[in-house]
Amino acid sequence: MDRRKFTGSLSLGAMASILGVPIVFGKSMPEGYVPLGLQDTDPFQRFNKDKGMVVLNDKPWNMEAQAHLLDDKITPNKFMFIRNNGNIPENIDAATWTLTIDGEAANQEKTYTLQDLKTKFEQHTYQLTLECGGNGRSEFNPPAKGNQWTVGAVGCAQWTGVRLRDILQDVGIKSNAVYIGYHAADTHLSGDPNKEPISRGVPMQKALQDETLVAFQMNGKDIPLAHGFPLRLVCGGWPASASGKWVNRISVRNKVHDGPKMTGSSYRIPCETVAPGEKVADEAMCIIESMPVKSLITYPKTGATIKTNQDLKIRGHAWAGELQVSTMEYSIDFGSTWKTCSLEQPTNRLAWQHFGATVAFPKKGYYEVWARATDSTGTSQPMVLPGWNPKGYLNNACHRIAVKVS
Amino acid sequence: MSKEDKFNEAAQQIRRLSVAMFALFIALAAILIYVMADPNLSALQPTTEADLVVRNDTLLDSPDYEKIENGVHVLTGFVEGEGLMTVVNNCTNCHSAKLVTQNRMTADGWRATIDWMQETQNLWDLGANEEIIVAYLAKFYAPEAQGRRQNLTNIEWYELKD
Repeated sequence: MDRRKFTGSLSLGAMASILGVPIVFGKSMPEGYVPLGLQDTDPFQRFNKDKGMVVLNDKPWNMEAQAHLLDDKITPNKFMFIRNNGNIPENIDAATWTLTIDGEAANQEKTYTLQDLKTKFEQHTYQLTLECGGNGRSEFNPPAKGNQWTVGAVGCAQWTGVRLRDILQDVGIKSNAVYIGYHAADTHLSGDPNKEPISRGVPMQKALQDETLVAFQMNGKDIPLAHGFPLRLVCGGWPASASGKWVNRISVRNKVHDGPKMTGSSYRIPCETVAPGEKVADEAMCIIESMPVKSLITYPKTGATIKTNQDLKIRGHAWAGELQVSTMEYSIDFGSTWKTCSLEQPTNRLAWQHFGATVAFPKKGYYEVWARATDSTGTSQPMVLPGWNPKGYLNNACHRIAVKVS
Repeated sequence: MSKEDKFNEAAQQIRRLSVAMFALFIALAAILIYVMADPNLSALQPTTEADLVVRNDTLLDSPDYEKIENGVHVLTGFVEGEGLMTVVNNCTNCHSAKLVTQNRMTADGWRATIDWMQETQNLWDLGANEEIIVAYLAKFYAPEAQGRRQNLTNIEWYELKD
């Protein structure tokens, strides 16, 4: 619901009760005026985000981190990117929230309250990497339409919930189940109540994984509003759009789910590689599944100046969608030579891995430290932009920071 | 005509009158309610395509609605230029201006984006404004060749202690 319409329909008394104080001189307030206290507050305050986060879009809200903000091993809320396709739902009541399982390939339609989910099924906690499919879009040439994410649309928080598999087993699914599709409470930007902003999903194989959660906690607390309170899907390692927020219904489909942003060119790349700028028909676009191998130098922040005899300790995270990262390297000579970084095992499958190295520079000058991860199948990050695609997805080119030795 | 008939006729007349009064009252009430909901009587205004401008009322309320500072429209961040207010009025109702200003496209690209919004996102028919909007966007938000990897820019240098 539109804030203006919402507040416009409120009485003075109702506004006062939201503000917690009476509105003195309220009677002389112009009709339709929204008191400052009820207007949209600053997004950093509203969503508890760090001031260093970058707002890409305020309608709908889209906000990304910068590389150096993602230094924590477990991403706290204040550095977690926000990617919304529609308006954040208002007036959520967790006490009456329900999740309904339905669809052609479900044995029955069954509805659970939040309390049912928490008590009926075993709870699990995993650290899961969520990265926007369009992270890195800003670098594509020719440019691709959409939010121009740089490097910060990724995070790895700890998610607590129940396995989607356990719920689906309780409901019973038919042998012809192909895909699950989520439905959620966010509203379409056009205000059309019959339109869903986004309704995506994953194939059964992903839906039934241990780590695929219907989550109600992030980092040990209720999920923050912007991240899907009170209930969301978390499908780690896949484009984060598969991890629906504010989820109230999951359909078990007998075909590939066909909700908004599932079809056409959304979250799809050309099935066959194309030249930059080439037009690609929707039929020739294939759904993105696992995200590619990638890494980020989170310390130091780009722009460090150091002394000639000073070693530089670098660190960061690496991840590889469904796979694990097997090798992590850095280069200070634009890829002419590579040196190995230390690399930790993931806390659990689909969690990012931490790397570190101590870098020595031979002499004064301008340097770039480039980081390159290689996944368990031997595939590495490219130093240049990967295959161009019309919507600018999956840019996993090496991250780099600038360093000056003086 | 008997006394009784006269009385009946008078009663009929009063009944007809009161029904007519009631109908008139309902009609008046309906008109008043409509005027309350739509004070500009917008449904009765003729809309020719070229004039069709859907105002962004959040912006319209602002005293800075048309304010330009350093060549930039203050409320939206759009660059000043021919077609600016047509873009402001049509392209910031559903989504933020930021979704436009962070993108770079050719005229064909902007046109395709408008088509997509009309087909899937409930964007209205822009009529003659479409070409004004496309011309503005293609001029001020045109793609620049970036190559396969750009130099690092806007580096804020700082001293890193051990």
